[in-house]
Amino acid sequence: MRAYLIRRLLLVIPTIIGVTLLIFGVTQLFDPYERASLYIRDPRQAADINEIIRKYGLDQPFYIQYFNWMSQVLRGNLGWSHSMHMPVLEALVTHLPATAELALYSAPLIIILGIFLGKLSAVNKDKPIDHATRVMAIIGWSLPSFWLGIVLLAVFYGGLGIFPPGRLSPWAEAMIASGEFKVYTGLYTIDAILNLNPAVFLDALMHLVLPVTTIVTINVALIMRIMRSSMLEQLGKTYIIAARARGLASKQVIDKHATKNALISVITISGILTAGLLSGMVITETVFEFKGVGYFAANAATQLDIPAVLGFALFAGLVFVIANLIVDILYAYIDPRIRLG
Amino acid sequence: MKLEESPRIRELKFILARMRESPLSILGIAIILVFTFIALLAPILAPPTPGRDPYIIPRSGYFPEPQPPSPEHPFGTTEGQYDIYYGVIWGTRSAYRIGVLVVTVSAIIGIVVGGLAGYYKGVVDEVLMRVTDVIFAFPGLILAMALVVAFGPGLDSITLALVLVGWPTYARLIRGEFLRVTSEDFVEAAKAIGCSDLRIIVRHVLPNSIFPLLIAASLDIGAIVLIAAALSFLGLGAPEGYADWGQLIALSRNWITGRPGDPFAYWYVYTIPGLFLFLFVMGWNLLGDAFRDILDPMIRRR
Repeated sequence: MRAYLIRRLLLVIPTIIGVTLLIFGVTQLFDPYERASLYIRDPRQAADINEIIRKYGLDQPFYIQYFNWMSQVLRGNLGWSHSMHMPVLEALVTHLPATAELALYSAPLIIILGIFLGKLSAVNKDKPIDHATRVMAIIGWSLPSFWLGIVLLAVFYGGLGIFPPGRLSPWAEAMIASGEFKVYTGLYTIDAILNLNPAVFLDALMHLVLPVTTIVTINVALIMRIMRSSMLEQLGKTYIIAARARGLASKQVIDKHATKNALISVITISGILTAGLLSGMVITETVFEFKGVGYFAANAATQLDIPAVLGFALFAGLVFVIANLIVDILYAYIDPRIRLG
Repeated sequence: MKLEESPRIRELKFILARMRESPLSILGIAIILVFTFIALLAPILAPPTPGRDPYIIPRSGYFPEPQPPSPEHPFGTTEGQYDIYYGVIWGTRSAYRIGVLVVTVSAIIGIVVGGLAGYYKGVVDEVLMRVTDVIFAFPGLILAMALVVAFGPGLDSITLALVLVGWPTYARLIRGEFLRVTSEDFVEAAKAIGCSDLRIIVRHVLPNSIFPLLIAASLDIGAIVLIAAALSFLGLGAPEGYADWGQLIALSRNWITGRPGDPFAYWYVYTIPGLFLFLFVMGWNLLGDAFRDILDPMIRRR
């Protein structure tokens, strides 16, 4: 296991260098004056733009610029975001808790629902229930997230007056801004529990319902589909037939044997789920004005806030690389063929 | 060679026979056919004003409030009085335009790059795999969004960005097929009798490896149109007034909650363009889902 771990960790380095090279390559499309904004920490520095170009060697060859840029990135300087009026890194950090809160509720729901529906579909293969779940999955998979969000808002917020957009109602926002509510994590539902404040908890939860529904609806098909096909694959294997021949009850065979092995493929796909979540956040947070990193990035994109968009892309790339790393390590831990092969 | 003996024809017959048994794939094909007709017949269904760019939706005035369906505007108008009917009809055409263009260009790049890597192996292959690794290290929509911002918003930028994000999938697919086919005896035989590399690739390897790519690429049209619409929705795509579903949906964002006492007063502004986009994507996904099952050897039932 240790040998595999070291090999896999070393593989991350070229990928991360590649990711940063690609992001940096994109910056090369701009002239030095525009690129200078990638190095500014404060708009007052913009007065000495020629100074910045000289300081970071923006008129130097590619590799020198790349090293200068990397040394800034490693120090946490991702440039100045003019759409947020703050440094890019600070903007990302401020917006992160909202996205984390969305992910905290969506990801487990996607995985649990996906496993449940996929199993249901596989066990009842070609029966009406299988067709129904598959049609549901295809519909979910095909729904444009921004349109689903708009329709949900129209029905539940416009029509029924519940589940408003945003993260909190104005009164709850005022309460959080006041001194009596302590912000521990920035995830409002969790902070509300820690503050023993049921009103804020309920308010935050009401704002989460629609965005979480949107993200779950769109992404559940991914897990469901993989669970269904790997479950079908397992059910066709000889060890299952043998277990049945030995007289084990059908339910026991499905639950104890087939499901356990089928779950491995769900783990391998959860890396892709991370990408789906990250992409989904950009759209969903925008529709619901849920001010997380995705909202920040989409807003920055429309204002052509290049350092912010590239900073976010770098962040998303790193999250995805790390998610894949974790998935691979988990996979190797569960399946010895991977780490020994 | 007689046609009915060819294994490729037999495979095609098998697929068609299996598709006939699946009502969902028939539905998918029907939806795709309807959209194809709409796209082809757009100039008849929604005649453009001669001399003007047909992709620009005609507007009747500049009044900000959307107007409900009427004989003059069968699907109503958006804010700024763009005709929704004209927009969704020509939007079908622009959806096909971007979908087919992106898929074709990415597939060609994928075939050339993946083919070279799979045929010559070695350093070429290693470089390709590392490049694709880097592109796969990003969530597709986010990389595309960053590229569009860098290129400057617009439909051309979206097309270019989606090609740059999309070709590695095809390159890897073709590379894998090339690796499989080049290790077969008939390729060795062709090499032994002195065929040139070009002849071997074009006459022997490509015909035996291109089939999965053609299927995968054509089924991607729905997904590509969906991403393009998402980018347009974010305001990074078509200029205002361009016939584009994503943009039409974006124009509805201020009218979601309706009027006091009449919450669904503007239902047409978001429902109609959204339904067109949703059904289009679903048509391709229904077909894709059927294909995946038919072609999956693990769950395939002969």
